[in-house]
Amino acid sequence: MCDTCGCNITHGNERFIRPGGKLARTESGKEAVTVLHSLLDENDHTAKHNRAHFDSHQVLAINLMSSPGAGKTALLEATIKALQADSDRQLSIAVIEGDLETENDAERIRKHGVDAIQIATGSACHLDAHMVHQALHQLDLDGVDIVFIENVGNLVCPASFDLGQHANVTLLSVPEGDDKPAKYPVMFRAADLVLISKSDLLPVLDDFKPENAKQYLHDIACDVPVIELSAKNQAGMPLWFDWLNAEIKRRQLYLENHPVESEHHHHDHDHTHDDRPLHPHAPAPGLERGR
Amino acid sequence: MHELAICQALINQIESIAAERNAIRAVSIVIGMGPLSGVEAQLLEHAYPVASAGSVADGAELVIEKLPVRVRCTQCDKESDVSPNKLICKHCGDWRTTLLSGDELMLMSVELETYPETAGATADAESELSLH
Repeated sequence: MCDTCGCNITHGNERFIRPGGKLARTESGKEAVTVLHSLLDENDHTAKHNRAHFDSHQVLAINLMSSPGAGKTALLEATIKALQADSDRQLSIAVIEGDLETENDAERIRKHGVDAIQIATGSACHLDAHMVHQALHQLDLDGVDIVFIENVGNLVCPASFDLGQHANVTLLSVPEGDDKPAKYPVMFRAADLVLISKSDLLPVLDDFKPENAKQYLHDIACDVPVIELSAKNQAGMPLWFDWLNAEIKRRQLYLENHPVESEHHHHDHDHTHDDRPLHPHAPAPGLERGR
Repeated sequence: MHELAICQALINQIESIAAERNAIRAVSIVIGMGPLSGVEAQLLEHAYPVASAGSVADGAELVIEKLPVRVRCTQCDKESDVSPNKLICKHCGDWRTTLLSGDELMLMSVELETYPETAGATADAESELSLH
C-alpha cells in the first residue's frame, strides 16, 4: 500500500476518515495527524532492500514456515542431498536458519557442505527483515541459486513479517492434523505453496485426509498448489523440485523485464555493502532444458 | 508474542511523527486492524504500556479500531462480511473470493500536544499531509 493513490483506504477504515468520522476531530491546542501507515513500514522497507539484494545476485529466496517439528530442516537436508546428486539440476543452495537458541539446525545443513548462517533469535518468536539483513552480510551469494530462510517454528508470528523472500512455503505435517489452515488462516493465506510433509505417515495416521486440508485451504480462499511429500522416503520430492525450478524460471523472466535498480544499496545505512554490479549468471544446466 | 515487536515499531513511528512536528507528546493513537493481520488486539494492549514507557507516547490513549473481514466473490461479484477462517461467498457459496478488508495493521492517526507558538505552523503542515 502507498500514500499517494488512496489504496491504503480499505472498506474497513474508510468510514473513519470521512469528514465527521472519528479521525476528523481536532481539539484546540492539539493537532490530529492522519497517518495511515502500516505498522510494519520499517520492516517492509528493509524487506524490500533484502529482495533487491537477492535480485541483484539472481538468487531465489524462499521463506520456509511451519510449526516446530514439521520437518523444515529434514526437508532442506533431503533437498540438498537430492540436488547435489542430480547432475541435471545442479542448483546451488545456501541457508539462513532462524532458531531460538541452538545452532543444531545450521550444523545439520553444514554437514552437507552448504553455507548456513544461524540467526539466534533469543526469545523472539519470528524472523524479521532486519535479522535477515544482518545474516546477508555474512553470506556470499555469488553462484548461489536458492537461499532458503528457515523461519522459527511457529504458525502465528512469522506470517506477519516480510523478510524479502520471493515465495513463502508453509509445511503442514501429517501428525499435526488436517485442520491447521482453519486454525491459522493468516499463516496459510501467506503461503505460495503448501507442503503436506511426513506423507509416509499417512497410512498410520489415517485421520489426516489431504483432501480435507485442501478443503480448509479453499475455505480461506487460498488457491495455492499443495504437494504431499516425504523427506524420509522421497515420495513427492520431484514435484517439489519442479516447483522450485518453475519459481527460478519465473523470477528470471521477471528480472529480464524488471531490471534491478542499481542504487538499491544507497539507502541511509550505518554500514557499506560490497557493491557489485549486476553480473551475468549462467543458468543451471537443468534450467536450460526447458528453454 | 510478536505484538511487542509490533508495538515497538508503532512507538518508533509515533516518535518520528512527533519529532517532525516538534510536538510535546502524543495524546492519543488510533490503530486500525483486522483479524487477518495476525495480531491480537488484547496482546497489543498489554504490550503497549511496556513499549511506550519513557517515549513521547507514554501515557497516550491507545484506541484500537477492529475492522471487519469482508470479501468480494469473483464468481457472482457480490460482497459478504465473513469470519476469518471462512472466506466463502455468502451469496453463492463459492470459495474464490478476494479480500476487501480484514488484514489491515495500520497507524491511522495520532493526536499530538504541540507547543502553542508552533501550533499555527504545524497546522499548515498537517493540511498538506491530510487525505484529499
